[in-house]
Amino acid sequence: MRFRPRFGNALFMLAIAAFVFVVLGILLTVVLNSLSKGWYSGLLPKTLTTEWYKYASEDHDVPQLIGVTFVAAIADVLIGLLIAFPAAYALARSEFRGKSLLLSLFLLPMIVPPMAYGIPLAMLCYKLRLAGRIMGTIVVNLVPIVPFMILVLMPFIEQVGTNLESAAKMLGARRGTIFRRILIPLTTPGILTAGILSLVKSISMFELSYLVVGGRNQTIVVALFSDAYAAGARPPQAVDALAVVYFLIAMTCLLISLRFVSPTQMVFKLK
Amino acid sequence: MKGSSGNGAALLLIPAIAFIVLLFLYPFGYGLFTSLTLADGSFSLANYGRFFSDARDLRTIGVTLGIALPVTLLAVGMAVPLSYHMRRGVPGEKLITFFLIVPVTLGTVLVSEGMLSFMGPNGWLNQLILALRLADKPIRFTHNYAGVAISVGLQGFPYAFLMLLGYISGINPDLEKASRMLGANNWQTFWKVLFPLMVPGIAIAFCLNFVMAFSVFPSAVLLGQPSGPQRVIALAAYQWAFEKFNFNAAAAISMIMAAIELLVIAIVLGWRSKMYKGASIVGKG
Repeated sequence: MRFRPRFGNALFMLAIAAFVFVVLGILLTVVLNSLSKGWYSGLLPKTLTTEWYKYASEDHDVPQLIGVTFVAAIADVLIGLLIAFPAAYALARSEFRGKSLLLSLFLLPMIVPPMAYGIPLAMLCYKLRLAGRIMGTIVVNLVPIVPFMILVLMPFIEQVGTNLESAAKMLGARRGTIFRRILIPLTTPGILTAGILSLVKSISMFELSYLVVGGRNQTIVVALFSDAYAAGARPPQAVDALAVVYFLIAMTCLLISLRFVSPTQMVFKLK
Repeated sequence: MKGSSGNGAALLLIPAIAFIVLLFLYPFGYGLFTSLTLADGSFSLANYGRFFSDARDLRTIGVTLGIALPVTLLAVGMAVPLSYHMRRGVPGEKLITFFLIVPVTLGTVLVSEGMLSFMGPNGWLNQLILALRLADKPIRFTHNYAGVAISVGLQGFPYAFLMLLGYISGINPDLEKASRMLGANNWQTFWKVLFPLMVPGIAIAFCLNFVMAFSVFPSAVLLGQPSGPQRVIALAAYQWAFEKFNFNAAAAISMIMAAIELLVIAIVLGWRSKMYKGASIVGKG
């Protein structure tokens, strides 16, 4: 009887250790490879160099890539909140016929593969001449962001009691005032959580951005994929140098976000 | 009072409804319409006919399911016991969850890129395997099925694990205590009490994981043989749209993808309702 939990524990630690080994291995090889010259065998590279970063910065307009990535991600978060917050409020607070139907409609983009709705959406973006612009990237990435935000925000709004709102209403406050002075301050943790989680997600969103990409207005992860795809067009170390730039950005955002949220919140919360 | 709040709710929902209609339903309907027409605008089922009679395209369904189903089953299958083990916390939980979230946050592109060197013939993994004499020559993990499956699994497993961890820690611990008090051992408690309660969570984790795995695209391109054995359905749709500029054919493939996906989800939810009947016993505790 005492043996079994120990055995389970060992198995658990082994599985986690294997996973951590693979993740760390992948990240460390990318970093080391981007700094190495002629690392074809052996445990560690023999010569270190920064020339691949120079190569990558001549190959791409890196500040532009970072700029597009952040502008698109921040715009998605702000527009997403403007759409999702009122909807989450309405869904959390009022009962009406067809509410559960509406909720499932909002969550539908989560269970349809992005490529399935992404291709028709990208076709429309090309028609409307949004593709190839930052606007196109912002629009397509809103589709998975908004349902996610509604899901994150709803429990936060449900937690805030209705008493304060009723009191304010009784004292003659208008709806706008109630939103601004009571609801938004009280749900700041929820807004922060939804915003941060979505920001981290938007930076790494690939499939949908890739479908509407064009010219200079691409995000860094799309540029990274195109480089890795066209293997042979440039040295693999230069691709890894760009990968490290992306890795540093995504990691910084993740580390900052983990001060506010827990890793289990990064995935969809199940109810 | 009731009426006014109802109207208010309707107003607040307008942006979200407009969003879902304009950016999801309309494109989807447009895709469906495009898939049923030819380039000249006449109605036809030819786009679907072409897909099902083109052996190279038709086999993408099998290829994609062949990656997505085993990987999702394995990811969820491993996530269930591991999240069960961690339900009351283990030492170093913060660090463990951090490492789990890293590949999810970084995304497939970076993970696949890194796997090319790490798991390549001269990479650290093969150096370790050779040093431990687990094989006499480097094992191929890249540019084949294994590469794609590992890359998809590295994203899918943490996702399923963290999702189930959130779910399982919400199950009332008194139920477990009660089961033990009534004389059940660990194994019985897990199978007879906790597992049935986890079924709804497992079903959703499976569905969401399957959605991700089924539209696998970057990993198949970077780590598989995208022109042959690992030509996945998303890639076929992409090629018809943006390499051959036949949007009608591409739209038909998108619709087929969505249909297969929804079929699998329907099967999983059917299993769930067969397995799980007592909604009330999850209890808020």
